[in-house]
Amino acid sequence: MTKIKYIEHNGKEHTIDVQNGLTVMEGAIQNDIPGIDADCGGSMACATCHVYVNDEWYNKLDEKTEGEDDMIDQAYDPKKNSRLSCQITVSEKIEGLVVRLPEKQV
Amino acid sequence: MIKTDALIIGAGPTGLFTAHQLKIIGLDCQIVDNLDKAGGQCIELYPDKPIYDIPAIPECTGEELTQNLMKQLEPFNIKYHLNERVDEVKRKDDNWEVKTNKGTEFITPNVIIAGGVGSFEPRKFPLKECEQYEDKSIFYSIKDKKIFEGKTVTIFGGGDSALDWAVELSKNSKINLVHRRDEFRGAEATVNKVHELVKSGKLNLYTKCQISKVNGSKKLVSVEITNESKEVKSLTTDFVLGFFGLVMQLGPIANWGLNLNKKTIEVDTEKFETNQKGIYAVGDICTYPGKLKLILSGFHEGALAARACFKLARPNEKYRFEFTTSSKTIKDRLGVKSD
Repeated sequence: MTKIKYIEHNGKEHTIDVQNGLTVMEGAIQNDIPGIDADCGGSMACATCHVYVNDEWYNKLDEKTEGEDDMIDQAYDPKKNSRLSCQITVSEKIEGLVVRLPEKQV
Repeated sequence: MIKTDALIIGAGPTGLFTAHQLKIIGLDCQIVDNLDKAGGQCIELYPDKPIYDIPAIPECTGEELTQNLMKQLEPFNIKYHLNERVDEVKRKDDNWEVKTNKGTEFITPNVIIAGGVGSFEPRKFPLKECEQYEDKSIFYSIKDKKIFEGKTVTIFGGGDSALDWAVELSKNSKINLVHRRDEFRGAEATVNKVHELVKSGKLNLYTKCQISKVNGSKKLVSVEITNESKEVKSLTTDFVLGFFGLVMQLGPIANWGLNLNKKTIEVDTEKFETNQKGIYAVGDICTYPGKLKLILSGFHEGALAARACFKLARPNEKYRFEFTTSSKTIKDRLGVKSD
């Protein structure tokens, strides 16, 4: 289990123990965190599990693929620190990761 | 008003195969889809991505799968209503009255929702003030390109739609192209063409920029873009086009009195019927204990929902299970020779 902190756009924080091997998106869906839609179910085809990763964490994560960046083009309000949470795999390496959710996904 | 044994909402793989199953057992059906072509998510989201888990097909793309499903339907002469979204489903005695946004009306005892994750709608700008200009000077799709002739058009996006329109409209309009990063995901040839147009001064390119404000009163006057260093630039423009792909919205389905669970519809696993008699949900849009969002599950769900439709469409007949390998009736329906 690895602790991931999800912060909703309104500031509400959820710190969740997510099973290693799941994605940050799945951690949110399984724990009913509002603000992540994940319409396509994690196939990197919809950009509705979009999150912002705090600077201190952004560079520690595995680099995003070109395909992920292509999808982020289509996300709601993308920023420099945008990621798709379905492409971040949970492991001890990211214990304490903080992701902020956008105002909305669509 | 169109009378049919079953109306299918959604022409994705599940909707298409459900149509096949209805026709095989001798029911007629029609299909409505909000997109301009059949295929659903397979065509819209991943036409070129290979799929590896369709039984007996080791590998195929979303486009190939769609083409094969359409081919399988060829003997049946199915009527498709594309570019139409079902807005209303209302009970009328033992039937359902169904109405689309284009005014097409159906009367049917069976409605099968194979709507994936809802209907695809263009993704819009995050700025609220864009709404007042929508369909006047801000567009997310183009119906008549003539309105842009001799005008300044500012296009946002980095995919094929944005690039294709930037190239096309640059022939008769002044074009600004704005994208959030340096890389484009459009076809390489089009990207090269865009860079040529920039060199020859026919297109202004602004990368690492995003929309931050629109200015105007009744009429749109200019749009402000901000780059990564927070520098703002104002572009005078007559029109703004945004091409950020499509998003899926459950849309009107939410208003039909169905039991919903998040964005999915609860069904039983015998008929894939919802809480409303004669309305079924199959494929990604349905949910039940153990639901798997796989295309193959959609095929199974559609096959069972089709059998359930028989009862309501032919109340005085008894459904008889038959195999396509041996049934003369089914072979006749398929137009193939019996042994």
